[in-house]
Amino acid sequence: MDFYSLLIQLLNAVQYGLLLFLVASGLTLIFGIMGIINLAHGSFYMIGAYLAFSLASLTGSLLWAVLLGTVLAVALGLFLEWALFSRFYRREHLEQVLLTYGLILVFEELRSLILGNDVHGVAVPAALSASIPLTDTLSYPVYRLFMSGVCLVLAGGLYLLIQRTRVGMMIRAGSSNREMVQSLGLNINLVYRLVFALGVALAALAGMIAAPASSVYPGMGTQVLIICFVVVVIGGIGSVWGALLAALLIGLVDTFGKVFLPSISGLLVYLLMAVILLWRPEGLVKRT
Amino acid sequence: MTGALLEARELQTYYGASHVLRGVDFRVARGETVGLMGRNGMGKTTLLKSMLGLVKPRYGGVWVRGELVTGVEPWRIARRGIAYVPEGRGIFPNLSVRENLTMAARPGVEGRCDWTCQRVLETFPRLAQRLRHGGWQLSGGEQQMLTIGRALMTNPDLLILDEATEGLAPHVAREIWRIIREIRAHGIATLIVDKNHAAVTAISDRNVILVKGQVVFEGDGPTLRARPEILLQHLGV
Repeated sequence: MDFYSLLIQLLNAVQYGLLLFLVASGLTLIFGIMGIINLAHGSFYMIGAYLAFSLASLTGSLLWAVLLGTVLAVALGLFLEWALFSRFYRREHLEQVLLTYGLILVFEELRSLILGNDVHGVAVPAALSASIPLTDTLSYPVYRLFMSGVCLVLAGGLYLLIQRTRVGMMIRAGSSNREMVQSLGLNINLVYRLVFALGVALAALAGMIAAPASSVYPGMGTQVLIICFVVVVIGGIGSVWGALLAALLIGLVDTFGKVFLPSISGLLVYLLMAVILLWRPEGLVKRT
Repeated sequence: MTGALLEARELQTYYGASHVLRGVDFRVARGETVGLMGRNGMGKTTLLKSMLGLVKPRYGGVWVRGELVTGVEPWRIARRGIAYVPEGRGIFPNLSVRENLTMAARPGVEGRCDWTCQRVLETFPRLAQRLRHGGWQLSGGEQQMLTIGRALMTNPDLLILDEATEGLAPHVAREIWRIIREIRAHGIATLIVDKNHAAVTAISDRNVILVKGQVVFEGDGPTLRARPEILLQHLGV
């Protein structure tokens, strides 16, 4: 394999890993802080992709679709947390799994009723539709670089939010001692609501920016959900930075697995999980 | 209601079927130091948590500054000027010392901002040297100082200390008592639960002894010291 092919695969791997991170970061935050196992998290990715598709057709602009879609995703997150999830924090994991599995069915059915079961495509915006020529035959699409850039900016923003702001301190404190946060006069319920909405928005954003690069299809949420759980488990449950590491690792293993070991590429990610769990049962990054 | 800062009346709290508080009347006035005593399992921590809204009492009421707060969310009760230093400390191990302090910062109920990060660090010089350390890196004594310092950052009118000197080396415990006296001298009411009864009665205005979820004695330090049989009977010392 020559240098440029390798470079292309590497860029693809990083882009896939960063996209996974966007979805998984919300999943790990919601699990780590509120203790909720959210099977419906993949649905938010699917909802994001379908929002991009329908809003882009309505407004004629992906940018507007993403902006509007993000607002709608935040609203959906706030509503779901208020109406359903806030009642399940102290419940058994089994009850949470039943609730969130039920939500998957509801979201898929709504999607089917409103938008049908067809596979759709979303056009890449004209400004980002070019390709960068690498050799006579190889080129790399600008949109994929743009996706990675957006993911990096969002990851950076998430880092600043969690590490540098008072809300971030409350998020981290809430994951270690909920009662104490309240005893300091801080509204932990509001923190939970914001974290949940943030998680929903990140997953939906991932779906929105991925829509033009892949297609928009039924069941896309479930597919991403499973791999995101692998990310969360490898990274260490509740650790955002673990999720980033794990997502990039999975991006590399999956992408290069398809190139070098195509016959078993579907297995490699799970093999990786097994090996890492044998080596570090609590995942790559253990929370202090 | 009376002018009490914190008042509980006929408080009854259950944990499942177990009847922990059996009708407790309790009050702390402004600027007052109250010692709450009792053997393990007599309901001291449950009384504190019931008043703070962390545990829901089944009967009775809690008032802060004359306002009924029963059933109010714990963070709203805390915002009325009550700071809690729980048993076992409760620092945030995954936050740095500075973050533990700054996240709690807030002006007091009447807008006072006497306790700033700087003032807390002057009171606890050991914390000043460890600002960048994670909470999990601190020794037990430093953790306790951080918990008290963090509580002061909320500029409270009442500081509730549950076993603040438990498990600390004697010289560290002495340091904590010195700080509690300083806080008291500053006019902040304190409610102290501690196994060191001598140290409690030395600084308290009033002492309350709980036995099986009921108040069996209420009186000042000299009264309690003059009647050692009360300590022997109810506390076994």
